[in-house]
Amino acid sequence: MSESVTGDRDLAGPVVGSDMGVDPSMLLSLRGISKNFGAVQALRHVDLDVPAGQVTALIGDNGAGKSTLIKAIAGIWEPSSGEKYWQGKKVDTHTPRDATNLGIATVYQDLALCDNLDIVGNMYLGFEATQHRVVLDEITMEKRTQQILRDLSVTTVQSVRQLVGSLSGGQRQAIAVARAVMRDAKLVIMDEPTAALGVTQTAQVLELIQTLASRGLGVLLISHNLNDVFAVADRIAVMYLGNLVSSGPISNYSMSSAVEFITTGTNARAA
Amino acid sequence: MSTSSDPSVTDSKADRLPLSGRLGGLIGPDLGIVPVLIALVVLIIYFEVRSSVFLSADNVTNLFIQAVIFIFLGMAEVWLLLLGEIDLSLGWVAGMAGSIAAIYTNVQFHWPWWLAFLLALAFTTAIGALWGVIVVRLKLPSFIVTLAGSFIVEGVLLYILDHVFEGGGAPVQEDVLRNLTQGTLTPTFTWIFVVVVVAVSAVVMIVRERARRVAGLKVSPLYRIVAKLAALSALGIILAIVFNTNRGSFIPIRGMPFAVPLVFAVLAIYSFILARTKFGRYMYAIGGNSEAARRAGIPVNRYRIYAFMLGGFTAGIGGLFYVSRLGGYSSSSTDSTVVLYAVAAAVIGGTSLYGGRGKMTYPVVGGIILAVIINGLVLIQVSATMEFVVTGVVLLGAVTVDSLARRSQTLLK
Repeated sequence: MSESVTGDRDLAGPVVGSDMGVDPSMLLSLRGISKNFGAVQALRHVDLDVPAGQVTALIGDNGAGKSTLIKAIAGIWEPSSGEKYWQGKKVDTHTPRDATNLGIATVYQDLALCDNLDIVGNMYLGFEATQHRVVLDEITMEKRTQQILRDLSVTTVQSVRQLVGSLSGGQRQAIAVARAVMRDAKLVIMDEPTAALGVTQTAQVLELIQTLASRGLGVLLISHNLNDVFAVADRIAVMYLGNLVSSGPISNYSMSSAVEFITTGTNARAA
Repeated sequence: MSTSSDPSVTDSKADRLPLSGRLGGLIGPDLGIVPVLIALVVLIIYFEVRSSVFLSADNVTNLFIQAVIFIFLGMAEVWLLLLGEIDLSLGWVAGMAGSIAAIYTNVQFHWPWWLAFLLALAFTTAIGALWGVIVVRLKLPSFIVTLAGSFIVEGVLLYILDHVFEGGGAPVQEDVLRNLTQGTLTPTFTWIFVVVVVAVSAVVMIVRERARRVAGLKVSPLYRIVAKLAALSALGIILAIVFNTNRGSFIPIRGMPFAVPLVFAVLAIYSFILARTKFGRYMYAIGGNSEAARRAGIPVNRYRIYAFMLGGFTAGIGGLFYVSRLGGYSSSSTDSTVVLYAVAAAVIGGTSLYGGRGKMTYPVVGGIILAVIINGLVLIQVSATMEFVVTGVVLLGAVTVDSLARRSQTLLK
């Protein structure tokens, strides 16, 4: 267990009987997740709860284990030990497909978009609507794409027939997120979505993140930028050297206490 | 702002644009094939000024037949270039197909033409599959695998021609094979073909636009459809007139060579696959970002093998036309430069070497440009060595345009 957990524990899964004390109202719960790469222990006994309808920010310094953790959630790496619970039920996600089928969508930093395809092509990549299973049903795909972008209030793209290579960084991020939403994701994991963006585009992406949460989706946001975190997050989870050292509602943290957790793993001046 | 908020509106803005804007609308956002077409027109004008024979009906027909082999090899290469792969063995693979077809249809074996063609194409498809499996399974670069493959196929082909088949060569002795390049449609059927192509294109375009309009999606402005159809009709009429002009000196020869509708049929099928099917979409996706394609659940390696197979298959078709035009294939008639024309035709037409960008129409234009250069330089009696220099310069220009286009696209991000 992560010994130095501070903040209130009411949302972090109180011990209630079965399933190692997993709160079934949580979208995703991790219990005792560890991951070793040879002698290196990248994750040590991580407990994390991600609720639906809220933005949970996962913060920490480089090498703290944030990426390892989300890859364990997304099914890219299997944890060496520990359990994953999806809506209170224990699950195994051995492959990225398993995680996708559960409703976990991961938007990686590289976004995994094909610049040479248009927005519709990217949104439906691998899941194309077809007639007779062979011929592309462009009309259905184009209408649905427009619908989803409108739902997510993505209004800056001129046409869904634009090549993704011609879009701005914020628009690309929006397309990657919209694609995840389209496939009925319940939890969207976003890895440093604003890292490469300017001020305006960052604002657009943060707005999009809030739209997702307000639509009842869980968002797990990995970020270095505490300004962004404090702007959108409902909850914070801090990682330090492979441990999850603190988690709780954002109201329990100030900018300086968050920085202290990130840099030292503890908060000496904790109230 | 967003047109998606009001998708039912037609492109009314474009309708009001000045002529230059409309031209831009016709061409589309990327330059596509326009610089290549300009280069083609410049070359044609140059050669016609230097030699009045150049645009004679006889020579134009000859030029199209010359272009056919380049076009097929270029189409074969497009399948690979789209994925960022390359196949350097296609020239010899084509020779292999031609030789197989010639050998098995000749007086010694007497197979029906379709069986010999089928064997030839199955064999070249299998060669492609072999390269594909080696590239995918052993994770080797396709450049080296197919360079090695090129030597192997060349060696095997020369061995067959010299040792297995007695006589050191495989002459074409069968009518269907010969008529691939020698036969022509009657003048009437030439016209029927042109009319049918224009009519079918018009129907396809109109049906598609109607479906979009019914669905409330943005439709392309009418002038664009009209302009496309007008250009297609004009091209068809000019070609029909040229092909129907008598070009025989003793007995009259009229009509479109069979090769033209056959190239057109393959072009139409391949373009449909690339633009309208899941298969084609995956090809572009893998070429654009293979990691993204893999994460989207596309079996990337299987598609790479398919691309090599389609490359081999298409080069095989080219080989049938090649042997038909040469009238036979022998160890002395082999022409190693054909090998590299495959890549040249695809790239000159505008297919990107970096993967993900290209259409089947590109090698058609690229192949015609190559044929124009080769044919034209012979007519103006420039030494054969210059042919290589000019082809090289044009190829270098095409690669430069490709690279610049790619850079400007990246800058937009």
